Amino acid sequence: MSVATLRQILLITDGCSNHGEDPSMVASLAHEEGITVNVIGILDQGSMSQEGEREVEQIALAGGGISQVVYTKQLAQTVQMVTRQAMTQTLQGVVNKELQGILGEQSEWEDLPPDQRGEVLEVVDDLGESVQLELFILVDTSASMKTKLQSVQEALRDLSISLQSREGGNLFTLSGFPGKRKEIDQLLNWTPKLDSLTNVFRKMTPSGVTPTGPALKAALNQMTKRKQRRQLLSESSGGEDVEEASS
Amino acid sequence: MKRQAPELIPGTKLTGKWHGQTYRVIKKLGQGATGTVFLVESERGPLALKIGHENPSITSEVNVLQRFSKVQDVKLGPSLIETDDLKIGDESFAFYTMEYIRGAPFFSHINKYGKEWGSIFIVQLLGDLDRLHQASWVFGDLKPDNLLITSSPPRVRWFDVGGTTLMGRSIKEYTEFFDRGYWGLGDRKAEPSYDLFSVAMVMINIAYPHRFEKGQAEGLEILTERIEAHTWLRPYRKVLRTALLGRYTDAQLMKKDMMEIISETDSKKRFSSSTKNRMKQGKQFKKTEGKRGNVWDAMLAASFIILASVLYWVGQLM
Ligand SMILES: Nc1ncnc2c1ncn2[C@@H]1O[C@H](COP(=O)(O)OP(=O)(O)OP(=O)(O)O)[C@@H](O)[C@H]1O
Ligand SMILES: [Mg+2]
Repeated sequence: MSVATLRQILLITDGCSNHGEDPSMVASLAHEEGITVNVIGILDQGSMSQEGEREVEQIALAGGGISQVVYTKQLAQTVQMVTRQAMTQTLQGVVNKELQGILGEQSEWEDLPPDQRGEVLEVVDDLGESVQLELFILVDTSASMKTKLQSVQEALRDLSISLQSREGGNLFTLSGFPGKRKEIDQLLNWTPKLDSLTNVFRKMTPSGVTPTGPALKAALNQMTKRKQRRQLLSESSGGEDVEEASS
Repeated sequence: MKRQAPELIPGTKLTGKWHGQTYRVIKKLGQGATGTVFLVESERGPLALKIGHENPSITSEVNVLQRFSKVQDVKLGPSLIETDDLKIGDESFAFYTMEYIRGAPFFSHINKYGKEWGSIFIVQLLGDLDRLHQASWVFGDLKPDNLLITSSPPRVRWFDVGGTTLMGRSIKEYTEFFDRGYWGLGDRKAEPSYDLFSVAMVMINIAYPHRFEKGQAEGLEILTERIEAHTWLRPYRKVLRTALLGRYTDAQLMKKDMMEIISETDSKKRFSSSTKNRMKQGKQFKKTEGKRGNVWDAMLAASFIILASVLYWVGQLM
């Protein structure tokens, strides 16, 4: 079994969307494309509105990913944990499919005797260590996020440390929303490292609306185009991706 | 949101789904991010049983313990006894049983008998880490919470292998205060220097039980400041700095430097009276060798030779 690339969108926001299409619909679409959507809800203090919290959960659920609502202090550790867990979850899904091919439709990893379960998990761990990751980071930069962007910047640097400690390669890109003229503004082009983040959020003009749905859609479009381009390039050499990996 | 491991009330009997072994719950030992640990009675006597919130995390801990048991001759963690599932309704909870380590929490020993014990435990820990590293593993989530002190003689033991990682891979489970990535002093690649950084932070944690945060300044600057500001840490400044900078590539080297400082430091200044009292009770400690025991008794009679007793303890560890 070979898995070439895992693709994820990481959305960091502090509230509810209030403009454009439903973000969980876009997340479902992304999931269909083989892209996982993880969502972090971030707070300075107090608690998030119920609808905000629900939306965070709903987007991740639809996007096949993981959500977590945290205070700025826990952001760094949460961001890396959510990303790693979502990678494992996706790979576990791939392996589960494979198992069903062998053991029959009804079988799940947890139906295996404990000893064999360990072996399967080891395969998942190996993959998580060696797989290539493409991560689209989408940060809410509406007015209320202003006080939290410093923590976001630190958390992303920390995430980069964790992912670069793996054997597999990484590619990151960072965008903020809402953009000045478009749905999103690119803050950092695709790069293997996230260490040049100082002042990356300085250029933004925090605005009042939160068009999470349209922003997700723009991110999804960029990732899909990228994949198509890559497939064209690697057609002859047999391009692979996670969705095809179970074959 | 996340599933929680079941609360098993003392007296509960549970039977594993696959192996049919029955365990009776004696009491809850503790609870953490990955699961809950109970002391149970089994056919083979008392055991620790860890039941997970999520099944995969339990399985990966089992994987580590299983591989440990394949390393001959050296003990790298609590020995694994059995793996099974507990069925409750239509839910299935993975659990494993392991050797029960009868010990006191790290800090309760230090609070009772003095910080000086901290240096002894660090030396013991470095010896254990060296063996672990030789076997191509890195402990990962090293912190006082994952250490227990067994008695007679006092000995540090680790138990939570949730962060234990094959050399060369990336560390997924860590605690920020003990993580060099958090302090901006390195990556999260599993290599000996990762653990040795954490060892230095355990020492700093002994001096600052409430820990402290990174703040805005450079990590190394803050840590250096804290080391210089504490009389117990100051003698170890060079060892600590070397470990913090990731310049020890080998636990053995750090152990050697630690021991040199312990034997150089003025023993009278270092030993609190509570430790002296404990030393006088030394007769109760189990002796591994008759001959050493006699030497030990003689030393007690001349209780002013405290340095010698330190060397004795250090000798026990090697
Ligand atoms: N083998 C053992 N013998 C005696 N006590 C144990 C043993 N294993 C665990 N414990 C006790 O159970 C508690 C919880 O165990 P453990 O740290 O493994 O859980 P955890 O879920 O991994 O926690 P975390 O990951 O948050 O540190 C520990 O604090 C310890 O006191
Ligand atoms: Mg623990």
